[in-house]
Amino acid sequence: MAEKTIRIMVAKPGLDGHDRGARILARCFRDAGFEVIYTGCHQTPEQIAAAAIQEDVDIVGLSCLSGAHRYLFPRVVEILKEKGAADIIVIGGGIIPDQDFQKLYEAGIKAIFTPGAPLDTIVQWVRTNVQPRK
Amino acid sequence: MTDEFEGMEQVRRIREGDVRTASRLIRNLEDELPEAKNAIRRIFPHTGRAHVVGITGSPGAGKSTLVDALISSFRKREKTVGVLAVDPTSPFTGGAILGDRIRMQRHAEDPGVFVRSLATRGALGGLSKAVGDAVHVMDVMGKDFILVETVGTGQQEVEIINHSHTVIVVLVPGMGDEIQAIKAGIMEIADIFVINKADRDGSHQLVSEIMSMLNMVTDFQGGWRPPIIRIGNCFEPGPFGESMEELAAAIGDHYRRLVETDLLGDRMKRKAMVEIHDAIRDALLAPILKEMTESGEMEEIAGRLLRKETDPYTIAEEVARRRLK
Repeated sequence: MAEKTIRIMVAKPGLDGHDRGARILARCFRDAGFEVIYTGCHQTPEQIAAAAIQEDVDIVGLSCLSGAHRYLFPRVVEILKEKGAADIIVIGGGIIPDQDFQKLYEAGIKAIFTPGAPLDTIVQWVRTNVQPRK
Repeated sequence: MTDEFEGMEQVRRIREGDVRTASRLIRNLEDELPEAKNAIRRIFPHTGRAHVVGITGSPGAGKSTLVDALISSFRKREKTVGVLAVDPTSPFTGGAILGDRIRMQRHAEDPGVFVRSLATRGALGGLSKAVGDAVHVMDVMGKDFILVETVGTGQQEVEIINHSHTVIVVLVPGMGDEIQAIKAGIMEIADIFVINKADRDGSHQLVSEIMSMLNMVTDFQGGWRPPIIRIGNCFEPGPFGESMEELAAAIGDHYRRLVETDLLGDRMKRKAMVEIHDAIRDALLAPILKEMTESGEMEEIAGRLLRKETDPYTIAEEVARRRLK
């Protein structure tokens, strides 16, 4: 009976109302058998981190198409760390220029997916990288 | 020894309101991990303080928006709030979209509010199996109010009455004729009726239908006749705020009535009975079904059934004779 379900949060930080991509991903994670918590648009990093902890998710997927990812993504990682939840994986996606990848990786974003990334690849990445918890 | 220590540490952290510990425990309960049961054993003596309010109604009736507004009302009164919001699990993939939280995100950073989404994971009745225990966890965290939001319900999902002290049934105009109001099921369980989106056509008719349904009741439990509260457009803050105050007051009045008439004890006993039933069924049935499935016996019996060599009742008797001596 006991089965460990992956819980993932899909969140849109910042002033960006373009949530088509986030919603497609949410649907696609659902079809992969994950429990998906969707926060909706216009979230502050503080709200996202607090919600991730309340929901005890394994992983947070951030979507940002506005260009503010260099501030918003690392901030979520930072707050999770401050709140003792550094084990929650943070990945990101959206319109993210190649030259920003390295900075984001250094800030603790574990993977970045940009337009054209196959949905299967993203789901597979999550399956591989979410460790069954103790 | 260390297990014992960790267990006590866990109880201490939950009693202090630590969200991480509580949320992880709720998750372990959902996953039915054995250590989660032990945790419930430990916290159980500390339960029974919170006022548990169930909110049910059809999909899109506005339950989550109402919960969001109720959180604000309770916070204004300096009460702490826990929310358990249930959304359906896919019967095909086991996945779920838990979207109730979208409406409540403005409270995300408020330390006096803890919102946790749950997927039904196959449970019928509009809730998830873990909800009863999750209520205990939030109760022990010291939440004054625990709001339990069911999945969008139809006519029959009345499980919420087993887990709440006060049940709010949320209705919207235009969902059917007056016969709907006298049917059995969800219309019978309300302690408070909310007519949501009452700015729409048909809300007065709906109110009068419910009134005439209630007029036929001769004997209300504890003398409590469910009030009907009309709530209009949430984007008109003035009138919306007033009706929310009315609702919050009704919730308080209902609880006081439960206490005065000792109906509270009845409701708590009802939950206790359900918990005992569920726990015994789990303890007796789950291992049998698991073993039958794993040994391939289930498969073999299904084959015999399909070939009409036996019938479900004979099988049940055989299994019961063999295993439950």
